[in-house]
Amino acid sequence: MNSLFPSIVSRSQSSGLMNFFVPIISIVLTLITGSIIFVLLGFDPVYALYTFFISPISSTYGISELFVKATPLALIAIGLSYCFKNNIYNIGAEGQLTMGAIFGGGIGILFHDTNAFWLLPLMIFAGAIGGALWGLIPAILKTKFNTNEILTSLMLVYVALFILDYLVVGPWKDPFGYSFPKSRPFSESGRMPLLFDGLRVHFGLIITLFLIFVSWFIFSKTIFGFQLKVSGYSPKAARYAGFNQTTLVFFAFAICGAFAGIAGLAEVSGPIGLLYRDISPNYGFTAIIVAFLGRLHPIGIIFASLVIALTYLGAEDAQLFLQIPSAVGFIFQGLVLFYLLGAELLINYKLTYKKLL
Amino acid sequence: MSDTILNIENITKSFPRVIANKKVTFDIKKNAVHAILGENGAGKSTLVKILYGLLEPDEGNIKLNNKDFKVNSPAEARKQGIGMVFQHFSLFDSLSVKENLILGIDEKMSYSDLENKLKNISSRYNLPLDLDAPITALSAGEKQRVEIVRILLQDPQILIMDEPTSVLTPQEVESLFVTLNALVKEGRTILYITHKLEEVISICDTVTIMRSGEIIDTSSTANQTAKTLATKMLGQKLDDLKTNYEHIKDEVNFEVNNISCDFNDPFLTDLKNISFQVRVGEIYGIAGVAGNGQSELMDILTGENINIKSGSITFDNKKIEKYGPQKRRDLSISFVPENRLGHSAVPELSLSENILLSQFPKNNFIKNGIILKNNVDDFANNVINEFKVITPGNDAKASSLSGGNLQKYVIGREISSKPKILIISHPTWGIDAGAEHSIRESLIELSQNGTSIIVISQDLDELIEITHKISVIYDGNLSKPFKTSEIEIEKLGLLMGGKNE
Repeated sequence: MNSLFPSIVSRSQSSGLMNFFVPIISIVLTLITGSIIFVLLGFDPVYALYTFFISPISSTYGISELFVKATPLALIAIGLSYCFKNNIYNIGAEGQLTMGAIFGGGIGILFHDTNAFWLLPLMIFAGAIGGALWGLIPAILKTKFNTNEILTSLMLVYVALFILDYLVVGPWKDPFGYSFPKSRPFSESGRMPLLFDGLRVHFGLIITLFLIFVSWFIFSKTIFGFQLKVSGYSPKAARYAGFNQTTLVFFAFAICGAFAGIAGLAEVSGPIGLLYRDISPNYGFTAIIVAFLGRLHPIGIIFASLVIALTYLGAEDAQLFLQIPSAVGFIFQGLVLFYLLGAELLINYKLTYKKLL
Repeated sequence: MSDTILNIENITKSFPRVIANKKVTFDIKKNAVHAILGENGAGKSTLVKILYGLLEPDEGNIKLNNKDFKVNSPAEARKQGIGMVFQHFSLFDSLSVKENLILGIDEKMSYSDLENKLKNISSRYNLPLDLDAPITALSAGEKQRVEIVRILLQDPQILIMDEPTSVLTPQEVESLFVTLNALVKEGRTILYITHKLEEVISICDTVTIMRSGEIIDTSSTANQTAKTLATKMLGQKLDDLKTNYEHIKDEVNFEVNNISCDFNDPFLTDLKNISFQVRVGEIYGIAGVAGNGQSELMDILTGENINIKSGSITFDNKKIEKYGPQKRRDLSISFVPENRLGHSAVPELSLSENILLSQFPKNNFIKNGIILKNNVDDFANNVINEFKVITPGNDAKASSLSGGNLQKYVIGREISSKPKILIISHPTWGIDAGAEHSIRESLIELSQNGTSIIVISQDLDELIEITHKISVIYDGNLSKPFKTSEIEIEKLGLLMGGKNE
């Protein structure tokens, strides 16, 4: 007879192949669980899954929307990899995104009647600075006072959101906006150029792909990428090697913050065109799932961002066609993360049912 | 009347790329100390892990007291009467001895019952323990005692000891042997895993010699000598090592002057006025019982800790006590800390990548922040070939290497950059005789080519074999140096025990 509950036993060897398959298995399990949920809600699972995952991208416009959503996710996720590789758990990307939007958007508001080629680059730069500065706060707290960056970076998200809130109902409110909590629209040259006429996919996608390529280069070819990795695996070995860990923490937070800040600016100067309260449907948090689903690898992150972006679109279509609350998108994101972490555990450990004597 | 307690028949266990145990067959007699002798990678650990329920054999049978014995976990093995003391202790550092013992036992027991039982065990087997002391405050020998007591609480018939003396002082070893004898007298059986030849002869009754996963011989130790055992274990002859003083120059190139360091931490040893000088080509040994300031001193010598209270370190006429590790490497100072996994090497990284942990200016590994992979790979291959590191290639993860091979690789990495001085802690800790021999040989060769070497080690035999001078560190104080060729062991033993004249 076997015992009722399995026990978790460490594997002597973790399979490299399974490492590669974990994200795929997680997605398949998510789809299966999702169909069960749909059945329980009384929907035909095939139709529901079709509505959720296929119909949103069955038109050119839909594919463009997929890239619109995937752009900030991928950009933030690749930024987060700098932190996660270094074993720093920055989960405040949403706040860094917001700060980037405030800094960059602030420039856009300041020059709302200027049309010049330098405006967008300046806004992008300001966005990066805003995000980086916001990211540096938990870095300073961590290195000087040894605080836990998970807590500080998370708390700073809400501070940033309240600052944005204050600005759009207060000093930055559009004087011609009928008291709506939103800013003036940016001038035409303060907007991300569209890549195709009539589609919302914008220049932010190019910036994202470029930064992903740069990050791939940094991670795999430079001594800085190597230092991040060593410091993440073993702080003691990093000290032995003489790597300055304080500097590494600062760089990781600053880069992550800058990337999130650019993502925030790209949102407000791209699809939105002005500052208002809800500039991001939690991209900064969802990007954490993207980073891990992509296994902190640049290519993986590109694919993961598309998958997760689809859950955003699917949720909208499901609400429209199936009258399911759009929160079901978050359920799918949660399921992916759940299966991902579960599969991660099973790579390194196995469950065994012990024989009872 | 000694009959068989354990029959091991045709045990085979293979891992990807290696067969760790090949049809291993031998019997263990009751009421005796049975040694399993072999190099690291010979298959000893795999075999005892199978006995202790940590690994499952691919084939073969084990019989305990003539009954089939098959366990899936250490807890089951303990229930059946097999206990094990590991080489690396599995204790919670921040908890007290008593708390650790409570955590380790499978059945429920009250504190008072436990204390009674402990008192009994302590006195019967010569295992004194301070129950309320936190584990961090204990020496390696005391930690081992906690481990032994924890196992004895379960009253095992067979006690497996994995390299038990590797972290002990000579005095602690003697005391351990008293304990082992007391255990055997009571009818228990000890399975003694080691690579130390002298121990096999002095304490064990029977010895099984393993090489490359196979049993070479099982016989009584009565008619064995260290030489015959070594030949069987290594399958080759050992060269004699001889200390040579002729190449040492008069010029001092590394000088530590009155270094003091306070940590304000009960778990660390403050360093008090440490001074010593090393000449060009000299091997300077620092002996001592673990926990007397060795790792604290090592951190100061490597530059991992530059917060000293007073004193100076001079190298090539430069004051370097405020230099970090990389600045010291830039001056051609090289170091190998005690711990391979996670300190001198990162287990998750490939051998090639591990090269980059220690860069010297002439290495040419980095240009404008970009890693020159070809140069790094060439360097790694060179180290692998020159130091005969057994590995499938430079892309293998460091964690896939046996302890001895990884240590050869790490030391090879440092030596290959031809440093002016090498500072090394416990160069052969926990590795097999073959690797030990080749590492000692390369250190001697390095010194003869003009490199000064500082060796911190607890292994007195090692220090006597390779060094030219030895000092003893005790409670953060360093004794004056003694010329190794004229040294008296008793004198060293006294100094290590803190008795200065």
